[in-house]
Amino acid sequence: MLQTLWDSRVNCIAVILFAVGFATLLLHRNLFKKILGLNIMDTASCLLLTSLGYIEGRTAPIIVDGVTDVQRYGNPLPAGLVLTGIVVSVSVTAVMLALTVRLYERYHTLDLDEIYMLARQEEGEK
Amino acid sequence: MSFIANLPLFCIVASLVCSVISSVLNGKLARWLSMALSLAVAVCSLLVLGMVWQNGEPLTYLMGHFPHPWGNEIRLGILESFFSFVFAAVMFLCMQGAKIALTQDLEAGKRQFYFVMTDLIQAALLVLAYTNDIFTGYVFIEICTLASCGILMIRQTGRAILASVRYMIFSLIGSGLFLLGVTILYGITGHLLLPSLHEAAAELWHTGDYRIPLTSSICLITVGLAIKSGLFPFHYWMPDTYGCATPCSSAILSGLVSKGYIFFLLKVIFSGFGTEVFYGSGVQNVLFVFGICGMIFGSIGAIQENDIFRMLANSSAAQIGYVYLGIGISPEAGVIGALFHILTHAVTKPVLFLSASRLSDTAGGSKRFKDLQGSGYAFPLAGFAFSLGALSMIGIPMTMGFMSKYLLAVAGLEATFKAVPTLLALALSTILNTFYFARTIIRLYTPGTPLSSAAPWRAQASFGLSAICFSLLNLGAGISASPLIALLRHGLEFFGKVG
Amino acid sequence: MKKSEFRKWLKSWDAGEFDFTEALSDRASLPQPDGGSKDHPWKLEPINRLEQGEIKSFRKSYPFFAVVLCCIMIGFLLLTVEHLPTFGAPDAPAHNEVMERYVEKGMEETGAVNVVAGVILDYRAFDTLGESHVLYTAATAVFILLLSLKGGGEPERERKIMQSDPLLKSTARIIVPLVIVYGIYVIFNGHLGPGGGFSGGAVIGGGLILYAIAFGFEPLDKILNLKVYRMIVLCALCFYSLAKCYSFFCGANHLETIFSPGKAGMIFSAGLILPLNIAVGIVVACTMYGFYSIFQRGRI
Repeated sequence: MLQTLWDSRVNCIAVILFAVGFATLLLHRNLFKKILGLNIMDTASCLLLTSLGYIEGRTAPIIVDGVTDVQRYGNPLPAGLVLTGIVVSVSVTAVMLALTVRLYERYHTLDLDEIYMLARQEEGEK
Repeated sequence: MSFIANLPLFCIVASLVCSVISSVLNGKLARWLSMALSLAVAVCSLLVLGMVWQNGEPLTYLMGHFPHPWGNEIRLGILESFFSFVFAAVMFLCMQGAKIALTQDLEAGKRQFYFVMTDLIQAALLVLAYTNDIFTGYVFIEICTLASCGILMIRQTGRAILASVRYMIFSLIGSGLFLLGVTILYGITGHLLLPSLHEAAAELWHTGDYRIPLTSSICLITVGLAIKSGLFPFHYWMPDTYGCATPCSSAILSGLVSKGYIFFLLKVIFSGFGTEVFYGSGVQNVLFVFGICGMIFGSIGAIQENDIFRMLANSSAAQIGYVYLGIGISPEAGVIGALFHILTHAVTKPVLFLSASRLSDTAGGSKRFKDLQGSGYAFPLAGFAFSLGALSMIGIPMTMGFMSKYLLAVAGLEATFKAVPTLLALALSTILNTFYFARTIIRLYTPGTPLSSAAPWRAQASFGLSAICFSLLNLGAGISASPLIALLRHGLEFFGKVG
Repeated sequence: MKKSEFRKWLKSWDAGEFDFTEALSDRASLPQPDGGSKDHPWKLEPINRLEQGEIKSFRKSYPFFAVVLCCIMIGFLLLTVEHLPTFGAPDAPAHNEVMERYVEKGMEETGAVNVVAGVILDYRAFDTLGESHVLYTAATAVFILLLSLKGGGEPERERKIMQSDPLLKSTARIIVPLVIVYGIYVIFNGHLGPGGGFSGGAVIGGGLILYAIAFGFEPLDKILNLKVYRMIVLCALCFYSLAKCYSFFCGANHLETIFSPGKAGMIFSAGLILPLNIAVGIVVACTMYGFYSIFQRGRI
C-alpha cells in the first residue's frame, strides 16, 4: 500500500493539502486565514485535476510539426478544466477579500466570533 | 428539429446578456428588464414543455458542433422544462411582490447590481436544470453561489455582511467537495457528460473496479450539494442569512437557489450515476437519516425564535429535510414526493417571506412577534397570504403541502425498513410545524395595540398581484394534484433514460 | 519585531489575540481599535466577560477539532487515492476515446495548434462562457461592497497610497511596455502555443497595476475610468455571448458557420478562437486592474 501511495505521491500531496485547506476554511477563526485555507483547498483540487492529465514520457498537448499521433501528447482535457478552476478560485478569493475588508473597517477585528458578538450587540442596541 | 428546441439556448444567452446590460442601466430599467426576462423564460419553458410532451421523449441539443462525449450538450426533457418554468415564474412573482421592499433596502446608486445578480441566478438555474454535463454544472453552481452572495450583501448592514461571509464559507466548502468528487469521477471514468458517465459508472459497478473511488466520489458530490442546499447539520447559516437579508433575496434563496442545487443533484443521481449505482452504494440512507434530523431540529429551532424571519428560515431548513427524506426513501415514489415537495416549497416559502415583510412594515419595521400582533387586520391581503402559506407548510388538506406529505408517507409505506421512521418523523414534524405556524397566525389575528395606518395602495397592488398568484397556485395544485403528479411521474421515467 | 514578540506570535493560535499595533509601531496608519471613532461607540465598552469566556473556550477547542477533522479527511482521501489509477500511467481510464479525438482531430476540426485552446473554446465552449461570467459576477460583487459613490452613504475610502520613488518610476518606464506587449503576444498566440485570453489578460492586468503603482492613478484615470470600464466589459461579454450563441445555434441545427477553421498555424485562423481570446483578454485585464483600483481607493 505504501508503495502505491509513493508512486502516486503527487496525488497524495494534493489530497493532504485539500484536507488542510478544508479544515482551515471551516474551523479557523481568523477571516484572513480562512481565505488562505480556501486558496489552498482550491489549488489542491486543481493540482489533483492536472495530475490526472499527465502521462509519463509524453509532452504537452500542443501539436508540434503537424504530428498528431496520440502517443506523443498528454491529455488536454484536464488542463482545460483547471483553467476554469483557477478563474473560479480567483473570483471567490476576490469576493471574500472584499467582504473581509468591509468587516474589518466596521468592527476592527478579523476574528469571526468577536465580529459575531459585536454585531449582535449592535443589533441589540437598535 | 423545430424552432422551439432552440429556445432554451436563447433563454440562457438572453439571461447572461441581460445581466451584463443591466450593469449600465439605472435601477428602475434594470428591474423591468429582469422581470421581463423572467417572464419570457417562463413562457419559453412552457413552450419547450409542450414540445417535449408531444414528442414523447427528451431531446438532446448540441451546444456546438460535436456530440457527446466530446462536446457539450443540454437535454430538453419534461422535468427540466417544467422546473425551469416554475423557477422563472417564482422569480418573476418574487420580484413583483417585493417591489417596495427593494426600493427601501437598496442603496440608490447600486440598485442595478441587484438585478445583475438576479439575472445571473436565472441563467444559473436554467443551466442547472438543462445541462447534460457535470462540469458545466459546477461552473454555473459557482455563478449561482457568487450571485446569491451578491443579493445577500446588497443590504450592506454589518449583520448582512457577516451573514454573507458565513453563507460564502459554507457554500465554498460545498463547492470544494463537489469539485473533488467530479475530479475523482473523471479520474476513474474519463467522462464528464452525464450519458457517458451513466454507462461508465454502470460498467464499473458491475465489474467491481475502482469501487472505493466510485463510492467516495458519490459521497463527495452528494455531501457537497447537500451542504450548499442546507441539509442538517449544515443549515446553521440559514437563520442569520434569511433573517438579515432583504425579503426578496430570502425568497429567491430559499425558494429557488437551494432547490436548483437539489434538482441538479437529482439529475446527477439519475442521469449521471444511475439509480442502480447510487442506491446500491448506501448513500441514500445517510440522506434519509439527516433528512429526518433536519425536519426535527429545524422545527425545534423555529419554535425557539422570536423573530418572524428567523422562524421562517428555520422552517426552510426543516422543509429541505423533507426533500432529502424523499430522496433517501426510494428512487421512484420517494423522489416523486421529493419533487412535489420542491414545488410546494418553491411556491409557498417566497410568499411567506414577502407577506412577513409587508406585515412587519405595518408594525413599523420590527420583526419581533410581539410587535406583529394584530397586523393581520392592518394589511388583510398579506395576512391571508401568510396564513394560507402557513397552512400549506403545516399540511392542511386542499393545500400543496398536504399532497407532498401524503406522497412522502405513501412512499415510506412502500419501503420495508423505512416505513416506521418516515411516518413517525412526518407526524412529529407536522405537530412541531403546527405549533409554531399556528402560534404565528393566531398572533397575527389577535387584536393588538393600534398600529401605524394601513399600507398605502401602491404597496397593496404590487404585492397583491404576486400574493394572489402564489395563493392560487398553492390551492390549485393542492386541490387537483393528479395532473401534476402524472407529469412528474412521466418526466421521472425519462430522467433515468439516457441516450 | 523583537524575538520575544515573534515567539509570542508563534504561540498564539489566533492572530486576533496578538496586538500587532504594539509590535509594528512604525505602521502608524493602522486604525486603532479603541480610537473612539464616533461611528463605533460600542467598541469603547469591551465585550462582556461571559462572552469573552465563551470565545476563549471556543478558541481552545478549535485546534483540537481542526486536527481531528484533518486527520479523518486525510485518511479517507488517501484511501481513495490509493485506489485511483497510478500517476502518469498511460492506460488510465481518463485517456480514452475522448482524448484521442481531441489530439488527433483537434487541429483539423478547430484549427487550433494548441489543443487545450481548441478544447476550451470550441469543443467545450459552454464551460468557458460560464467561466467568463464567473469573473464578471465577482467583479460586480466587489463593486457592491467597495465601490463608494460620491454623495452616497459611505465616506470615500482613503487609503495611504505609496509614494513612488524615482527608481520605481524609471524601472517601470522600461518594464511596463514590455509586459503589455508580452500580454498581447500571449493573447494573440493562444491558439498557436501556450497562452490564451485568461493568461494574457492577467499579464496585461499586472502591467497596468505596475503602472498604477509607479505613476499613480491619475494618468490611467483619463483612459480607464468607471464609464470606460463598464463599456468595455459590456461590449466584450455581449460579443462573447452572442458569438457563442450563433456558434451553438449553427452546431445544434447542423448549419455551417461563417467562421472556418482556416490554415492551422496562421495567426488569423481557428475560427472564432482568436476573437474570443481577445474579448476574454480585455475583460480579464480590466477586471484585474479594477480589483486593484477598488481595493486601493474605492473607485476605478
